[in-house]
Amino acid sequence: MTIDSVRGAPDTPGLAEPELVQLLTPEGERVEHPDYPLDLSAEEVRDLYRDLVTVRRIDLEAVALTRQGELGLWASLLGQEAAQIGSGRALGEHDMVFPTYREHAVAWCRGVEPVRLLGMFRGVNHGGWDPAEHKFHLYTIVIGSQTLHATGYAMGVQRDGVLGTPSAGATIAYFGDGATSQGDVNEAFVFSSVFNAPIVFFCQNNQWAISEPLEKQSRIPLYKRAQGYGFPGVRVDGNDVFACLAVTRKALENARTGQGPTLIEAFTYRMGAHTTTDDPTRYRLKAEEEAWKLKDPIERVKAYLVRGDLADQAFFDEVEAGAKQMAKELRAECLALPDPGPMSIFEHVYAERHPLMTEEQEQFAAYLASFEGEVSP
Amino acid sequence: MTTLTLGKAMNEGLRKAMEKDPKVLVMGEDVGKLGGVFRVTDGLQKDFGEERVIDTPLAESGIVGTAIGLALRGYRPVVEIQFDGFVFPAADQIITQLAKMHMRSLGTLSLPVVIRIPCGGGIGAVEHHSESPEAYFTHTAGLRVVACSNPVDAFAMIQQSIASPDPVIFFEPKRRYWDKAEVDVESTDWAPLHDAKVVRPGEHVTLLAYGPSVKTCLEAAAAAGEEGRSLEVIDLRSLNPLDIDTVVRSVDRTGRCVVAHEAPVFSGFGAELAARITERCFYRLEAPVLRVGGFSTPYPPSRVEDVYLPDLDRILDAVDRTFAW
Repeated sequence: MTIDSVRGAPDTPGLAEPELVQLLTPEGERVEHPDYPLDLSAEEVRDLYRDLVTVRRIDLEAVALTRQGELGLWASLLGQEAAQIGSGRALGEHDMVFPTYREHAVAWCRGVEPVRLLGMFRGVNHGGWDPAEHKFHLYTIVIGSQTLHATGYAMGVQRDGVLGTPSAGATIAYFGDGATSQGDVNEAFVFSSVFNAPIVFFCQNNQWAISEPLEKQSRIPLYKRAQGYGFPGVRVDGNDVFACLAVTRKALENARTGQGPTLIEAFTYRMGAHTTTDDPTRYRLKAEEEAWKLKDPIERVKAYLVRGDLADQAFFDEVEAGAKQMAKELRAECLALPDPGPMSIFEHVYAERHPLMTEEQEQFAAYLASFEGEVSP
Repeated sequence: MTTLTLGKAMNEGLRKAMEKDPKVLVMGEDVGKLGGVFRVTDGLQKDFGEERVIDTPLAESGIVGTAIGLALRGYRPVVEIQFDGFVFPAADQIITQLAKMHMRSLGTLSLPVVIRIPCGGGIGAVEHHSESPEAYFTHTAGLRVVACSNPVDAFAMIQQSIASPDPVIFFEPKRRYWDKAEVDVESTDWAPLHDAKVVRPGEHVTLLAYGPSVKTCLEAAAAAGEEGRSLEVIDLRSLNPLDIDTVVRSVDRTGRCVVAHEAPVFSGFGAELAARITERCFYRLEAPVLRVGGFSTPYPPSRVEDVYLPDLDRILDAVDRTFAW
């Protein structure tokens, strides 16, 4: 096989045609997988549907707020709702999450108010929730760094001696296909492996790292990388909320009981732009987006609910109306976020008193005070 | 009182901290059975176990990144970077993550991580084993940066750094690891971590130094004393925060100041000192603040490292020049 030095690896079967765990087909048909039995009540399925619709609506509102100049930037999760809700709803109360900046639906599952996510994108702070309270760490912007924090956290859980007990918590690290090229992610794999850390690596392969396709990151399917590090890797249909739930549940339980790390590759698609400053028409074909639309993560759950007569039109209308109302409230909360005062930049740089902070704060306060009483022209 | 080398004093300090707080961990390359390449962690794994003294995979970013995670889980990791020149693979985790996470969390997270870095030259080492990267870290908000110069301070300062709720970059002067002093290992009556110390009082010129250069300055002051010149030597000990008041009190009296460090002079820590002293002591200065240090070259091969390192003669030459103004 010759490799084109410019284009990289030619399309390999595993890269393009997923061998994935699927429990719900794009048409809404329930299928079984021997390793991942899943028994959900009608109410649980309806709850998942409500989650999916709600987070998509919240995301849409954030995109709109950005277009209208109210947010500086937004990283849309459009198309990745099932991967995030499925894995997010698999989490137990003691599990700890280390997200990227796109895990809005996982934040939803961890009870972080949506408006808290907007703070950093509006520029009023760099992260506006208490990670310990929600067991959901702050968004990490530099690609892949959080996988090491997650690994260290998992090593801490291990040292607490709680694995195998009811208070055991797994750690889950989210990242994307592009991140798998980062040194930190590979170091996280090595550390987790040699220490058998209680961690789940949840890679949302949404096919695009801004403008670069998966072929620029890997010559083999990403989940197969796990083998080289010595722990299991599994590829799941990332647009199938049932499969994401079942696969993540199992991996988390393995971690909690001391069986070490798992890499999950959720095979999905970033339907929107990388962020609101990106323009996908410059690098990918409309036909590809259209093909993925047919695999929509929400439509298949709706089809399943309708097909099984598990929900009526009133339910769908109510979910829609609830999401719309939430978006309306989110917009109001976003606009009401107070701008921080000028002196706030000196806060929280250090946990303990720091003379340089005090000095600069006092000097700048005096400078500001020198304008008091002046009438602006 | 116990006679200890600087390296052994570090070891005793680490031991005390680990005895006092079960959350204190030591991690790095070869820190376990080997006791670290400079034996600073000698015997700790034997006494505290592999769970607390962790031989890590050979990846500096991984070491610091996982230390951050351990700190988030409530531990107090003390990381050993094997040599100064090996810290750069971890620079992203230190500068982008460790330093900024407390502020990013609006103060809800604290990151009590200590990163120990043996620094400086003078031991005849190969490339990347003799560098002085302190200015990269003093330039990064959110980090505290300290440098010990002797066994007494090494013993105290490592314990104080571990107790700090903020991340601390802890520089150890590797060519002074074998210097000996009497250390009271039972005492906790220490000067505050971020205070500078006047280690030799004098009248005519103030010499400012930290880490390995303190001893060089003391030797220079002794030599100058024989010629009737009285030099005051200040061991800064802490670079960020900087105890500028102690410096100003001295320079206000002497009117002359020379800074010595092994790092290149250009954009080095001495530039910050010179600027601040000029602001605070402008009318009392008899001469500009002069800096002696490494040249603006990569650290040279060890056969010529003496050319690069600020020595007694170059420091005294700068002292002479302050009188030529």
